Amino acid sequence: MRRALAFLVALAVALALLPGCEEPARGIVVWHPYRGAEQKALETVASAFTAKTGTHVTLLAVPYDAYAAKLEAAIPRDNGPDLFISPHERLGSYLSNHLVAPAGDAFPDGDVARYDAKAVDAVTDRGTRYAVPLASKCVALYINTTLLPEAPATLDDLARMKGKLGANVWPLVYEAQSVYFHVPLLHAYGGQIFDGKTYAMVGPEASQAADKARDLIASGVVPPEPSGDLVKQLFASGRAAAAISGPWLAGDLPADVRYRVVPLPSIEGAGKMRPFLTVDGAFLTPQGARLPEARALARFFADGDMAKIRRAMGKQDVATKSVWEEHVDRPELRADDAVLAAFHEAALEAVPMPTSLAMRATWVPAEQALRKVIRGQSTAKEALDEGRVRYLDIMRAPPTKSPSPAPLMALLGLTLLALAFYAVKRARHPGFARELQDSKPAYKYVVHSALTILVLVVLPLLAGAATSFFAGTRDAPQFVGLTNYVEILTVRGAPLRDWLSHGSFYLTLVVTVAWTVVNVVAHVTIGLILGLLLARPFLKLRALYRVLLILPWAVPSYVTALAWKGMFHRQFGAVNAILVWLGAEPVSWFAKFSTAFTANVATNVWLGFPFMMVVVMGALTSIPKDVLEAAEVDGATRWQAFRLVTLPLLRPTLLPAVVLGSVWTFNMFNVVFLVSGGEPDGSTDILVSEAYRWAFARNAQFGYAAAYAVIIFGLLALMSRVLGKIGKDTEAKA
Amino acid sequence: MSTDVAVTDRASPFERIAVNAILVVAVVYALYPVLWVISLAFSSGSEPELRAFPVPHNVSLDNFRIVTGWGDSARGWLFAKQLMNSLVVSLATAIMAVAIATPTAYALARHDFVGKRSGLRTLLLTQMFPGVASAVPLYLILDALHLLDTRTGLVLVYAATAVPFAIFQLRGAFLAIPVDLEEAAMVDGATRTQAFLKVALPAARPAIAVTALFAFMSAWNEFILAATLIGRESAFTLPVVLQSYVGEYNTSWGAFAAGAILVSVPVMALFYVAQRQLISGLTSGGVKG
Repeated sequence: MRRALAFLVALAVALALLPGCEEPARGIVVWHPYRGAEQKALETVASAFTAKTGTHVTLLAVPYDAYAAKLEAAIPRDNGPDLFISPHERLGSYLSNHLVAPAGDAFPDGDVARYDAKAVDAVTDRGTRYAVPLASKCVALYINTTLLPEAPATLDDLARMKGKLGANVWPLVYEAQSVYFHVPLLHAYGGQIFDGKTYAMVGPEASQAADKARDLIASGVVPPEPSGDLVKQLFASGRAAAAISGPWLAGDLPADVRYRVVPLPSIEGAGKMRPFLTVDGAFLTPQGARLPEARALARFFADGDMAKIRRAMGKQDVATKSVWEEHVDRPELRADDAVLAAFHEAALEAVPMPTSLAMRATWVPAEQALRKVIRGQSTAKEALDEGRVRYLDIMRAPPTKSPSPAPLMALLGLTLLALAFYAVKRARHPGFARELQDSKPAYKYVVHSALTILVLVVLPLLAGAATSFFAGTRDAPQFVGLTNYVEILTVRGAPLRDWLSHGSFYLTLVVTVAWTVVNVVAHVTIGLILGLLLARPFLKLRALYRVLLILPWAVPSYVTALAWKGMFHRQFGAVNAILVWLGAEPVSWFAKFSTAFTANVATNVWLGFPFMMVVVMGALTSIPKDVLEAAEVDGATRWQAFRLVTLPLLRPTLLPAVVLGSVWTFNMFNVVFLVSGGEPDGSTDILVSEAYRWAFARNAQFGYAAAYAVIIFGLLALMSRVLGKIGKDTEAKA
Repeated sequence: MSTDVAVTDRASPFERIAVNAILVVAVVYALYPVLWVISLAFSSGSEPELRAFPVPHNVSLDNFRIVTGWGDSARGWLFAKQLMNSLVVSLATAIMAVAIATPTAYALARHDFVGKRSGLRTLLLTQMFPGVASAVPLYLILDALHLLDTRTGLVLVYAATAVPFAIFQLRGAFLAIPVDLEEAAMVDGATRTQAFLKVALPAARPAIAVTALFAFMSAWNEFILAATLIGRESAFTLPVVLQSYVGEYNTSWGAFAAGAILVSVPVMALFYVAQRQLISGLTSGGVKG
């Protein structure tokens, strides 16, 4: 057996190493989130640098979703890049994790005049410049010139086109439910989302802006539930006369759409709509800042000629001024990239997005408030004030005085003592030495698994759990003992009557349990039915059915979950199309808890049933045919055969899948996040989404997130014990 | 409920139609969202129209060309290499997870030993801790083991994550196999190890195939750890490449969908081939090898 095992392990390792040939010298390493044209332009610029200086440049495209985690893991161990490209608004988070160094001679004082003033502001924090500004991004107004020959002077002019553009044509489409796209309205009324210190989307200005957004949708000027995809589709197919979007939309429009881009209009009785500006900067890591070549490369990216390449090839609104001045003299070129020029013009009026960590915590409360207003569920003032309360709750400072570690130590000590007591008691049991002796052969089969799991599974989890005793962000962790747990379990100090109120820990727990039960029951039922049906001997197309039925599992869930979200769209979704065809009323799926929950469940059942089906198919193979034949001879009906023979025999294989399936569903964050996103108002969130929010959207409070994780762990452990007891009892009775 | 018996193929025509009808409904449910993805992948320029039945708009292979780097030899090679990485890493994960889990699962099914119950409990407990931020600790451990930025490290991590479920799954399979067969072999002079290798292992083959498929799938679709633990583009796996079509503000859905289809084709093929292992015991009968 050892030989066979050793062979398999060696094979696996050899396979893993096989094409692992080494790369050439790395030179300066640059990480970036670019794709497509922007990536090509960056590669061209990097090879120009190599040609000029002889220094090799290694570029690595990192997916946006993994970017932050990768930077945080690699840079503190000096495994990171020398230089990385990132939108500027993450600067606050980079500074708190010590991931960036001042730009130094990559951006000397003499260069300030070289770049757009706004872009320089964006990469500056308290007087220190941290990046070389490369390109700006903001939103502007796309106008379909076939439908609207004249650019509207105001948003209200545009709204008045309602009904004059032909059937099924919306005057305007934009992601009204997203705060990023709502900010221009907010700015027009004189409001803001963040005042430099705290949440600021409150007061009469913010109310007016939110009411305006609601009216635009309610009066049919803007379609309901507009997602980024829908904006693209409606504008590209000529069903929207105008769209608010960024430079990325231009690349997705078919050639036959005649359009132009202008800066955002004004609002009558208010001011000009000014969007947020984000600036892609070249940031030096502490490691890279020490290398003169890395600093030279950062500056080289923004060099006049290189910026020209990035503009022409990468379609970037570059922050280097000289590129734009030159083009004034060459109208033929200017006409060529009129879109880019329009975005450049729009960027000059935009407001650089604040960079502080506190700013990042405003998004979710602001978005929940905005959506509540748009759904018409409360007045703007109420909803916005509620958003502010939520923000303040999130940002509440950890206790200023560190509590004594005594209670925690006592708890840990007691646990260890109990374990030691148990172990000693066990060891002093008379038969123990003999038992241990008898166990030796079994350990040979177990030790390698134990070791692997200990190092690669248990250790990281313990490290995670340990952070739950700390509060604050990574730069200033502070020992707080059990405070995080107390906070969560007492609903952040709310009075007892509010413990089941909206968004509380206990209500979320109820939702999570319901979510788990409904999903697992559906998974097992469907999996069992399909598994058994597929075993019927007369099926001709069995192989085809099987392969088609595992499709939901085989296609990456990221894209299919979004396909499902699209299917539940109020106006354009397939589900409502079918309902209307059947003569029913269309449903606003994400406006109510019950329907939003149903949408999540429909998606998750779809994703999960093939897994159970395959488990059942595998388990069925181990049922000997003669047992069923015996049942047949005894005159059992099919139901009896299933209940008394098949099901008990499926049990040992099905049970672990059901138990683990429940655990995984309990922690299934992706579907909730991608389909309902917690809509409406965070009510469909499950416990683990809360943990993720604390870790990634709420001021990066990892301690709080870890405490959530430990509590989830405790709940599941408790649940499995109870279920295990029940399982044993029924087994005993059967 | 009709009263004829499950084992024999005495299904009435009505029953045949009913069974096929249920399966067709299930296939429609399974297929519909995927059709949307397919239509997205084959459309060029704009997005496909949202309508009840998804049909591609301006049928073209542009998205597939973008994803595979068609016509750009350097990029094409890179894609081929990344595909190879994905295959190698996922296969190695499947082999390694099964190799680690099988003996342990057997011991847990057949032996009694000190620490068995607490071991089983710990195994279950590991699955209950949500991995909110386990990427960074894992990074530190692999760094300490000098396995950062290697396929071996990635395979180790994936296999370790897949092992607990694999052990449970295989232990269930071993429990379902009648112990008499092994006992008979041992009466005939086989050692415990021989009984495991020659009798129990072949009998558990279908379950091993299923378990290997699970481990393969977990590695095949994972991207956060792969993107965090690997630092060279030529060593990336396909999901990392796919995920990079998702940007902060917009996503190239066409390219993502095309990539998603390319990623799922090998899985379907593998499953089609592995089906033989899964052909129901109800028809093939008993615990043959």
